[in-house]
Amino acid sequence: MADWIEVGSIGDIPVLGARVVSTAEGDIGVFRTVDDEIFALRDECPHQNGPLSQGIVHGKRVTCPLHNWNIELDSGEAVAPDEGCTASYPVKIEDGKIFLSLVATS
Amino acid sequence: MKEKLVLIGNGMAGMRTIEELLDIAPEMYDITVFGAEPYGNYNRILLSPVLAGEKTVDDIMLNDEQWYADNSVALYKGKKVSTIDRRNRKVVAEDGTTEVYDRLLLATGSHPFIIPVPGHDLPGVISFRDIHDVDTMLESSKKHKHAVVIGGGLLGLEAANGLMLQGMHVTVVHLGDTLMERQMDAVSGDMLKKSLEKRGLNFLMNASTEAIVGEGCVKGVRFKDGLEIAADLVVMAVGIRPNMELAQSVGLHCERGVVVNDTLQTYDPKIYAVGECVQHRGDTYGLVAPLFEQAKVCANHLAKMGIARYEGSVTSTKLKVTGIDLFSAGDFIGDDTTEEIVMQDAGRGIYKKIVLRDNKIQGAVMYGDTVDGAWYFQLMRNGTDTSDFRTALMLGQAHLGDSGHGGNITAANMSDDMEVCGCNGVCKGDIVKAISAKGLFTLDDVRSYTKASNSCGSCTGLVEQILASTLGGDYSAAPHSKPMCKCTDHSHDDVRQAIKERHLVSIRGVMDAMKWKTIDGCASCRPALNYYVIASWPAEAKDDAQSRFINERAHANIQKDGTYSVVPRMWGGLTTPKELRAIADVVDKFDVPEMKVTGGQRIDLLGIKKEDLPAVWSDLNAAGMVSGHAYGKSLRTVKTCVGKTWCRFGTQDSTSVGVKLEKLSWGSWMPHKFKMAVSGCPRNCAEATIKDFGVVCVDSGYELHVGGNGGITVRVTDLLCKVKTEAEVYEYSKAFMQLYREEAHYLERTAPWIERVGLSHIKQYVEEDAENRKVLAARFDESQKYAQIDPWAERASKGVAKHEFTSLKQIG
Repeated sequence: MADWIEVGSIGDIPVLGARVVSTAEGDIGVFRTVDDEIFALRDECPHQNGPLSQGIVHGKRVTCPLHNWNIELDSGEAVAPDEGCTASYPVKIEDGKIFLSLVATS
Repeated sequence: MKEKLVLIGNGMAGMRTIEELLDIAPEMYDITVFGAEPYGNYNRILLSPVLAGEKTVDDIMLNDEQWYADNSVALYKGKKVSTIDRRNRKVVAEDGTTEVYDRLLLATGSHPFIIPVPGHDLPGVISFRDIHDVDTMLESSKKHKHAVVIGGGLLGLEAANGLMLQGMHVTVVHLGDTLMERQMDAVSGDMLKKSLEKRGLNFLMNASTEAIVGEGCVKGVRFKDGLEIAADLVVMAVGIRPNMELAQSVGLHCERGVVVNDTLQTYDPKIYAVGECVQHRGDTYGLVAPLFEQAKVCANHLAKMGIARYEGSVTSTKLKVTGIDLFSAGDFIGDDTTEEIVMQDAGRGIYKKIVLRDNKIQGAVMYGDTVDGAWYFQLMRNGTDTSDFRTALMLGQAHLGDSGHGGNITAANMSDDMEVCGCNGVCKGDIVKAISAKGLFTLDDVRSYTKASNSCGSCTGLVEQILASTLGGDYSAAPHSKPMCKCTDHSHDDVRQAIKERHLVSIRGVMDAMKWKTIDGCASCRPALNYYVIASWPAEAKDDAQSRFINERAHANIQKDGTYSVVPRMWGGLTTPKELRAIADVVDKFDVPEMKVTGGQRIDLLGIKKEDLPAVWSDLNAAGMVSGHAYGKSLRTVKTCVGKTWCRFGTQDSTSVGVKLEKLSWGSWMPHKFKMAVSGCPRNCAEATIKDFGVVCVDSGYELHVGGNGGITVRVTDLLCKVKTEAEVYEYSKAFMQLYREEAHYLERTAPWIERVGLSHIKQYVEEDAENRKVLAARFDESQKYAQIDPWAERASKGVAKHEFTSLKQIG
């Protein structure tokens, strides 16, 4: 059973942007797409741990600011031909509020 | 229900079209493919290495059967289509298999031309076209001794070389007196012949075949002059003919090939055609690069996007014989209206010839050293006026300077373990392996799979060369007008022009007006579009922070550990005790781990946490310092020497000129970073001649230099002109910057921009036309009204973009 934690509202994150939720286990990037979908990933690129939250969001992907790897927001998988995966976390939206579970799905 | 697309011809052109189509419209069609050969789709251009024993058939498979299954594409292999019922839109194969279609794609390729001499149908007479031919040759080489190859063209020589490597005694028979006369002139053709003779090939030139002799199997070849030579195997490689019998038999308009328009549509609007079977604007093509360009356009129309056009291709050729470097493109023979530049060094086995008309390259042929082939080809296709650098043309682009190869090692001579890409540690062998194993054809493919030339780009020329020498003439050179990125088919120039002419003031506006293929672009096009709209409409366009790279969004440079570096502006490199104290205090207060003096005469504070940035800036602002924009595609620094105030050699007040230049230009967004310098005398201590805009003071005034670069590829500036007064320095600098801001592609430094458009072009707008210079300078001033706002102050004290520097929530 996921333990949902409220982390803020959709409006706190810029469209095509991201914010960071800091936890004892490290940062989690929370991303917002053009159609207001919200995704959460461990804020570390599988390549060299670049902070994904600082990247450019496009479609359902984010481009890492360090070496331009593209990461799928829903799965945390690197887009081929790059290979690697970062943890993704469940997110739900209720009344514009964002709830995050710290139990990674992958 | 999905529409049905049927492809006739399971070869490279047809399948490339299907792949392009699946890329942009994966769900649109049920796809069925008919192929006459009993294989998946293989890389036909790599048959030569298979024959030479350098590769296996498995190595050259592009789409194996699993691929068809994975992509839900039905494949009928080994089934030859016998007719098309156009009225009922049905394809019928020889064995009766029938498929209906909504759209039909013809990619029937070509077949080799067989000279109809007596004996041409004897067993042992073959062409060089498919895996079956290669198998026959390999088989024959095990049992027999003598091979004759008829045709000294590209394909014939590759076949001959392969057979020789398989141990046969090979004679190449050629009708003319120059080998590969479609690609070589007499001199280079002769050099090639000598070099192949040294390897053991035999040649019979000016030899006209009269008959192939033998009973039951080949025994020899007889020529018109009566000479007869022994042969157990005869390979005919005298050319190919578009395979249009099927199209003709069902009444489609054909001439030398199946005639198509610029959308690759035949005279039947339901039927498209691509590849070697096609005739477009009177031309037929036998190399792979044009076929791939056609595939891209055709897929666009099959996907009903309807925006791409194929306008014909200019091709270049290389020979896939390991160890032999030759390159040719365009009209390399010339006529009364052309001039030629020739370089010949028999000792080193090098020959280069460039044919020019009105200073524009019409064609080139090179033997022995083909490093600059890609460069000449680019200049040729762009129609670049070479008068500005004509004297240096023969010396080449020195493209490889910084990757440690000194420009004198050719790709063919490199060993597999030599490093090509110094940024990402990629060796030649890695690249060659990826090209064959992954079926790569373009520079972009190689970049994304191997990362070679993916960072600083200085080894691009070398990577292109390896691509070309691995694939031969068939690799896809960057198309003439390159799309900005995968989100669009439009080039940078198209987009800039549309923004200006159609008054597009937002990224969304551009994407809608120009039918972007993705919903919100990508990390490559969005920053470019953001810059273009701001540069074109400074008063109206609104900056989109989410389309800026993090450094320009956070106004500091991201470091590998996620911290940031901060560089306050020091006007002209001048500073004061107050500034230095404030910097020292910031370092203490925020525990800044490292300070460094930069090459641009300022101080870098490294390792600052993102959340501390606004407070750091606040302290620096309080001491009068503003952002140095060390993170932006913008004006960076104006480096100066001390000038005549102190220096005994100084001719002008270079420091104050530098400060004024920096004051007028700071904050301006540019296509890429932009650096200036002012030196007080020709000793040039400020290194002004490797800057984007450099001023060298002389006793009688100021020399203005443009287009220098001290980075990836060192480039010394070109002298724009000399002016007499300080006021002119400022006006010219503004005009130059504005021209660059308005014309260059995003991420194009001034050096490559000037090489692309030519110094004459810059001179024309900035120097010769005084009226235009003033207009450009005025537009620069107008744009600066909106740009000269210190981004640090806005964020430190006015609460701008607060969300950027605070976390959403702290848990635990």
